[in-house]
Amino acid sequence: MNSLVDNRKFKSINRRELLKLAPVVALGAFAIPKLQKPLLKIGLGFSDWASSKLFRSGHLAPTFADSELTPFSKFPINDYDVDDPQVDVDRWTLTVSGAVQKPGEYTLAQIQALPQVRQNTRHVCVEGWDVIGRFGGVRLSDFLKMIGADTTARFVTVECADDYYESLDMATAMHPQSLLCYEMYDEPLTRQHGAPLRLTLPTKIGYKQAKYLTDLKVTHVLEKVGYWEDQGYSYFYGL
Amino acid sequence: MSTRAIAVENVKTGEVTEAVYEHPFVVRLCHWVNVVSLFVLVGSGLQIFRAFPSFGAKIPQKDLLHWPKAFALGGWLGGALQWHLTFMWIYMATGLLYLGYQVFSGNYKQVLFMPRDVPGVWPMVRHYFFFGPKPPVKEAYNPLQKHAYTSVIGLGVLSVLTGLAVWKPVQFSWLVSMMGGFHLARLWHFLVMWAILAFVFGHLVMVILHGWNNFVSMLTGWKKDPEYLSK
Repeated sequence: MNSLVDNRKFKSINRRELLKLAPVVALGAFAIPKLQKPLLKIGLGFSDWASSKLFRSGHLAPTFADSELTPFSKFPINDYDVDDPQVDVDRWTLTVSGAVQKPGEYTLAQIQALPQVRQNTRHVCVEGWDVIGRFGGVRLSDFLKMIGADTTARFVTVECADDYYESLDMATAMHPQSLLCYEMYDEPLTRQHGAPLRLTLPTKIGYKQAKYLTDLKVTHVLEKVGYWEDQGYSYFYGL
Repeated sequence: MSTRAIAVENVKTGEVTEAVYEHPFVVRLCHWVNVVSLFVLVGSGLQIFRAFPSFGAKIPQKDLLHWPKAFALGGWLGGALQWHLTFMWIYMATGLLYLGYQVFSGNYKQVLFMPRDVPGVWPMVRHYFFFGPKPPVKEAYNPLQKHAYTSVIGLGVLSVLTGLAVWKPVQFSWLVSMMGGFHLARLWHFLVMWAILAFVFGHLVMVILHGWNNFVSMLTGWKKDPEYLSK
């Protein structure tokens, strides 16, 4: 019944079958120091591309009841440099530039004149912890409309008083839960949480939600991505 | 079972042994790619865990354990995420290829634990752990092996689902709710990893105990003189 082969033929069959596994060895490229960085860059880039495809503009992040809020005193304060970059809140303005019809300086009062939104959403840190906070502010999309932003541009970038910087894809900037946030827990933003204005983005990881905003730009091209991204973190990191 | 068998004749001695093609190419390929992926995902996952080694609140932070950096991959959180977010695609692609192949080729029958395998489990446990008599070997995998392999494939699926919940808690908010919230999803992801590692440990022990001929079959596909063919 069974076909009969001699042991030499059997050895060559075995050798051929073993050689078929050669593609596995290609993974060894990840162990070569020179190739490792570019390969991981491709991997992260693919991940970010997939993330942008998984993002749905109409899909809202879960919101929570007041009873589920993390107490304000237990809302962590993460900064990369200083807790308080000494912003003169009274004389503060947001400098708007780029692909907008009305560039210039915007006061907090002008921003607060837009419809107010308050939402209880989850804040997830790349480190792994999460808290549920109450954030109040105006929709970034409303502000972009007010300044006459070209929403076909690809990015919105921000600069901060502590030299932090960030960038956002336009789809996320236009998401209804993306806020220019000026209060937390119904109180004006404290200095440590980014007074007078920060980003709140329930569809993004924490490091994208920059504090102490000073500049906002609408642009087609990115010169730099973000403080952490430029050190190797994911660009899109949508939740 | 439709496993391919041949008779091998030693030209010097004239002795004839049988050999069976036990592991198809796709299964072997997926197995070895997965060895690499699991190594990378576990190593980088533990480095990611080091950034917040807790499953409780951030304030006050109570660390669960201090995992040594020497047994982690990536060097820092950002580096570990690069490894994790790269190899998770390789891991998922391998899993899909494997499952697709097993289903469409019918080869899943070799490994899938079925109700008819239940009676055979206890005799195997008795043999392995309590010095019981060795039950007769009828097929490539005994009932306990099928149970282990079927379970670990289930764990693989769970590792992906819990991972997706942690990575995209907004887009996959339904997965997060199924797992009891973001906190728990992260904990499940961690526990599934340890369950897979427990399997790997047991698997390695059995591979060592069963010797070279058995090991080589996962490289070439062919197993010489398998027990279940001997008269």
